[in-house]
Amino acid sequence: MTVAVAAPAAPNPTPSPSTLLRLSGVNTYYGRIHALQGIDIEVKQDEIVTLIGSNGAGKTTTLKTISGLLHPREGTVEFDGKDVTHTAAHELVKEGIAHAPEGRRIFSRLSVRENMLMGGFTRSASERAEDLERGLTLFPRLRERLDQKGGSLSGGEQQMLAIARALMSRPRLLLLDEPSLGLSPILVQQIFQLITEIKRQGVTILLVEQNALQALAVADRGYVLQTGKVILADTAAGLAANPDVRRAYLGEI
Amino acid sequence: MSGARQLTRLLDRPRAFLRLHQSLTVIISAALVLTVLPYIATWYPFNGFGVQKDWVGGFADAGVFVLLAVGLNVVVGLAGLLDLGYAAFFAIGAYTYAYGASSFTGLHIPFWIMLVIGAAVAALFGLLLGAPTLRLRGDYLAIVTLGFGEIVPVVILNADAYTRGTNGITGLAQPDLYGLLGINGFGFTNPYLYFGTVVVIVAIAFIFLQRLQDSRIGRAWVAIREDELAAASMGINTVSTKLLAFAIGATTSGLAGVFYASKLGVVSPDQFGFTVSFTVLAMVVLGGMGNIWGVAAGAFVIFEIQHQGLKQLGAFIQGLNVPVVTLGPLKIDIGSINFINYQYLLYGLALVTMMLLRPEGLFPSRRRRLELHEDTDEVAELLADEMLEP
Repeated sequence: MTVAVAAPAAPNPTPSPSTLLRLSGVNTYYGRIHALQGIDIEVKQDEIVTLIGSNGAGKTTTLKTISGLLHPREGTVEFDGKDVTHTAAHELVKEGIAHAPEGRRIFSRLSVRENMLMGGFTRSASERAEDLERGLTLFPRLRERLDQKGGSLSGGEQQMLAIARALMSRPRLLLLDEPSLGLSPILVQQIFQLITEIKRQGVTILLVEQNALQALAVADRGYVLQTGKVILADTAAGLAANPDVRRAYLGEI
Repeated sequence: MSGARQLTRLLDRPRAFLRLHQSLTVIISAALVLTVLPYIATWYPFNGFGVQKDWVGGFADAGVFVLLAVGLNVVVGLAGLLDLGYAAFFAIGAYTYAYGASSFTGLHIPFWIMLVIGAAVAALFGLLLGAPTLRLRGDYLAIVTLGFGEIVPVVILNADAYTRGTNGITGLAQPDLYGLLGINGFGFTNPYLYFGTVVVIVAIAFIFLQRLQDSRIGRAWVAIREDELAAASMGINTVSTKLLAFAIGATTSGLAGVFYASKLGVVSPDQFGFTVSFTVLAMVVLGGMGNIWGVAAGAFVIFEIQHQGLKQLGAFIQGLNVPVVTLGPLKIDIGSINFINYQYLLYGLALVTMMLLRPEGLFPSRRRRLELHEDTDEVAELLADEMLEP
């Protein structure tokens, strides 16, 4: 943990690393409901980018559009320079996008181990075994619960499992939807620590959060969404200092 | 308690062996069924119910239902798709045979080739029905399949020119071995060869389905059954995986249809109604959803109860000479009850009792047992180890 602070910057002096994900003019609908109204978002390699906004702003819809669970009617999604606008969700997992969906969606009747192995569905058996070990090192709590049913875990453990399972596909981009939802303050701290640790291991993260304060603390940059549009984009520090953001999302009066 | 545990220990090694050599287990079991079952039928009290030949004919029919049940188990038990119109594919297989091997069309394609054709045609219909409907979830899928199950017999009934309607198509050819191995004589009076044939077909289906269940596709079915959205997020192609389950179920049903038609020599729409779909579903649930052995055993037991047990129960109780009890206007004469008339009542009772006492079925899969009971850590480990294998 302590060594890694300055190391990654040294071999790559270029100021702007390559773009991993780009959404341009994305419009997504649920039937006739116009949920995303021309979203432009960019995520660069090795960043943590956060989407903040109130309920119904389109944060979850944005993640679903990226991971292929929904497809936009207009606009494009590019991942690693490839147009993936109409690529199916299961194909995108192979491309390197993992989605820990809202509400955790763990397989509650399968054991923790099975949940994790299922996360490595696209990978070979030996890779799965190796990644399981790697995941359990990152989430030691899950090792203790390995043969319990997913549904019997506490909320925090379930969230860890959801993240660990998503990492089993060895993604380059991890989409996290409200990882702190419903967790106690201590657990929220733990989850955010894990998020920075995952970033340090070379996974780019797009984080959706209601807990804007925490999200901006770990993120490099952020976007503020409101009724399906990006209304503000800035560095995390810039957003955290912005009086409008502080008033609307950080609970300041 | 410890005695029981010791016994389990003792059985562990043979069990592990059989689990490792699944296909061999199937072949040994099939051989046992072939040799032992007809022999048991000559024992007391079974010999009192009928001669061996009748028993074996009944076993061959039971085999049809075993085949249907293990096929439906893939759809309902593994992939978690509730199919209430499974008999439609059975009908399609049977009518395919009627078209391919009767004087109705003038075609006389050998039974063995028709097995493949019938299965393929049923699979095609499975895909045709599945492709547009498998996007539906849960209850909606059940309703659509229920509709399909009703439509097929109704179409057969009304398309007289092509199906001879309610009279059905008669005079279907019987299988022929062409004197191979010096044996021949499939016939209504000789059920032994039918019995042998169905055991072989079931064994092949077993080996195939077991391998599928333990493969990547089997794991994908489990994930979809548990949570479809999460399954898609794991990189599973949910549409094609569900479609495959549906097609495999239909294929098995089609095979059963061809065999059934050849054995009966006649097909008519009333053989393929909702009661067939329902009976097979009850076999899957009572046997133990998800466990192919349990489902097969459940199918066999239920079939025999339905076709022998209930008949004999009536005779047995008549033999007891229970006196007629008169309670005012109510006259209770247990001896005269025809239990076959009450078979669906008894089914219902059995299903309700089962769901209350043993929701995982008579012979549950290890996974179901794990889902419904907490105290099975070893089972969890075992299942997970299997997932690590390629």
